[in-house]
Amino acid sequence: MRIFAQMAMVMNLDKCIGCHTCSVTCKQTWTNRDGVEYAWFNNVETKPGIGYPKAWEDQERWKGGWALDSSGKLRLVSGGRIRRLTGIFANPDLPSIDDYYEPVTYDFDTLLTQPVGKGMPVARPLSALTGKPTSITWGPNWEDDLAGAGTTATQDPNMKRLAAKAKMEFEKSFMFYLPRICEHCLNPACMSACPSGAIYKRERDGIVLVDQDKCRGWRMCVTGCPYKKIYINHATGLAEKCTFCYPRIEAGLPTVCGETCVGRLRYIGLILYDLDAVEAATLVADHELLEAQRQVFLDPFSPEVIKAAQAQSIPPEWIEAAQRSPVWALAMKHKVALPLHPEYRTLPMVWYIPPLSPVLDVTAEVGGDPVLPDDIFHAVTSLRIPLDYLAELLTAGDTDQVAGVLMKLAAMRAHMRTRTLNAETDHDMLARVGASAEELEDLYRLLGIAKMADRYVIPPAHTEDAAMLNAWTSGCSLSDASGVGPGGVGYPRAASGPVPVELRRRK
Amino acid sequence: MDFFAFVIWPYVALAIFVVGHVWRWRHDQFGWTSRTSQLLERKWLGLASPLFHVGALLVILGHIAGLLVPAELTEALGVSEHLYHSIAVGGGVLAGVLMGVGLVLLIIRRVVFRDRLRLVTTRGDIVLYVLLSVIVFFGFVETVGHNVVGPGYDYRKTVAIWFRSIFIIHPEWTLMASAPFAYRVHATLGFALFAIWPFSRLVHVWSVPIGYLARPYIVYRGTRLATKERGS
Ligand code: SF4
Ligand code: SF4
Repeated sequence: MRIFAQMAMVMNLDKCIGCHTCSVTCKQTWTNRDGVEYAWFNNVETKPGIGYPKAWEDQERWKGGWALDSSGKLRLVSGGRIRRLTGIFANPDLPSIDDYYEPVTYDFDTLLTQPVGKGMPVARPLSALTGKPTSITWGPNWEDDLAGAGTTATQDPNMKRLAAKAKMEFEKSFMFYLPRICEHCLNPACMSACPSGAIYKRERDGIVLVDQDKCRGWRMCVTGCPYKKIYINHATGLAEKCTFCYPRIEAGLPTVCGETCVGRLRYIGLILYDLDAVEAATLVADHELLEAQRQVFLDPFSPEVIKAAQAQSIPPEWIEAAQRSPVWALAMKHKVALPLHPEYRTLPMVWYIPPLSPVLDVTAEVGGDPVLPDDIFHAVTSLRIPLDYLAELLTAGDTDQVAGVLMKLAAMRAHMRTRTLNAETDHDMLARVGASAEELEDLYRLLGIAKMADRYVIPPAHTEDAAMLNAWTSGCSLSDASGVGPGGVGYPRAASGPVPVELRRRK
Repeated sequence: MDFFAFVIWPYVALAIFVVGHVWRWRHDQFGWTSRTSQLLERKWLGLASPLFHVGALLVILGHIAGLLVPAELTEALGVSEHLYHSIAVGGGVLAGVLMGVGLVLLIIRRVVFRDRLRLVTTRGDIVLYVLLSVIVFFGFVETVGHNVVGPGYDYRKTVAIWFRSIFIIHPEWTLMASAPFAYRVHATLGFALFAIWPFSRLVHVWSVPIGYLARPYIVYRGTRLATKERGS
């Protein structure tokens, strides 16, 4: 058992209002530069819809992620190593900028310089790439609130897998928002596809980064990532991705998307996992993936785990942070959070609590009462839509798992309602979802009223580690393989001075 | 004049080549990249880039065979002059055509899609495109003009010996006096390519990711384990 820590996130989809604050603040912080105008490390999609880049979930087309071959071995969908190197002169599976969108700015100058006249001055859209007038025909949130869903929603790869009738019902019934960042996977396909070995996972917190000095612009990572969350900066020719705001995390602060989330639906915390169990979890059948992924995580309360973690130089504050982790609580204790597309087999580390609201909508549509648990349970279990869709998204098609979570969420609401009304606790209902009243109340506190300090449990990096963390970002600290330095906490001192992380602008 | 072109210039160019690379590696690993533009234009690149690169690799192999392998060696191995000549000319034309067509397509691509590609086309790229075009052009004059259409010119008795003599620091530059114009220009510009190499995108050539075939799939940075031995 080799114990590692992972910074992970959970998002509660019921609470996302699709305001894009997270996307905008992230962009202002990280991608407000030449070359990444089109890149959104955080983006928010309306589902059903094809998303950003177009139809990113269509792996037959984009060849992202992993799959088991006929002999049960794990292979990148885009092929083996040799196959990848033969595609190095022109990657056949790379999305082009038009699959994202043509970034635009506006001709604001006209607003100021147009002489007095009868007409209102108009700021026309200009392509941010060419500087020439352009017409806007697509964008990263083009499908907001199902806009244009009539033509695009049926192209949603998740929809395509549903039965025809289901599609029709589904289209008129509901929508929800899906905020997405890099998943900081335990088995990242971007990394495995990188010919240069420039992408790495930080041992201490699992954040996946691109070494800008090692990247040679072979652009295989973009194809490798099934979530299309790694981007080519066309000004530098190098790959860039979401950094989980590592400089903030090291300072004990939440990510920018988390800090600014209007719906307060994001949770950030540590998860301890067993490195030696990761590989096995990628090799099971589709319907066993969720359980296998859960098994990789280690119980931070187990004395055995604590002892092993201490022996492996995990600082006590980190173990304590793992115990208080809301991610552990939501994904493992209450089991209401689910991984996005586990069938890509990258072991994503941003999990989602499926939205109950689509089910409530349908409950009302079929004449049920969306506050009565029985009606909701009935809707959850008898109306295949939207359950099938959520299952495609979060459990590799296993509807029972999603139904279980939704029923638990419905039971939580009903239970809190009875408490507010001083009505009698419905033990029958609690038994059906297999949760005690205390558990549901605990879940309610976490989902409904958790304060910032409960939602974001981030142990700051030790100051003595800061220089070394910096050295990791650029250049390899592995030259010092000696391990624990004197007085350290299991991480050695930097071999050389700090290396600045540079963000260049085009001259 | 010949002394400058075939003694001083090669040494200057090689010195720039070596020192330039050291400088570039120490100061700009960030810019050490193929500077891909595939994101901005995919279709033309999909055809032109493989043509160009495969052609260029064959051309490099051809130059190694033609310049570095002495004529005496191939003869000793029993390769007749006629056989060598046919292979060299046939292979040379094929490689040259692949590379030349690829290069032309790449240049047309830069022009046709200039609106977008202007963003990623630096002055260095333009110098490189022009220089490569001229060099490839004279390469065709040599191979096709002299050896297919013309009476043939045995560069292995002059150019090749001169080229090798540079590296043993005993330059026999007088040999180049008798070489046809195309060979003289091709050789001089060839060294110019070496001189701009470290300052251009050509540096990506040295980063051919052969190591990828052997490295573990998952890379951790930290101390408890170096590169993890997972994946194959
Ligand atoms: S989600 Fe992030 S870590 Fe996972 S494969 Fe994509 S870029 Fe890599
Ligand atoms: S800021 Fe929060 S609520 Fe707004 S779109 Fe982003 S995730 Fe949703």
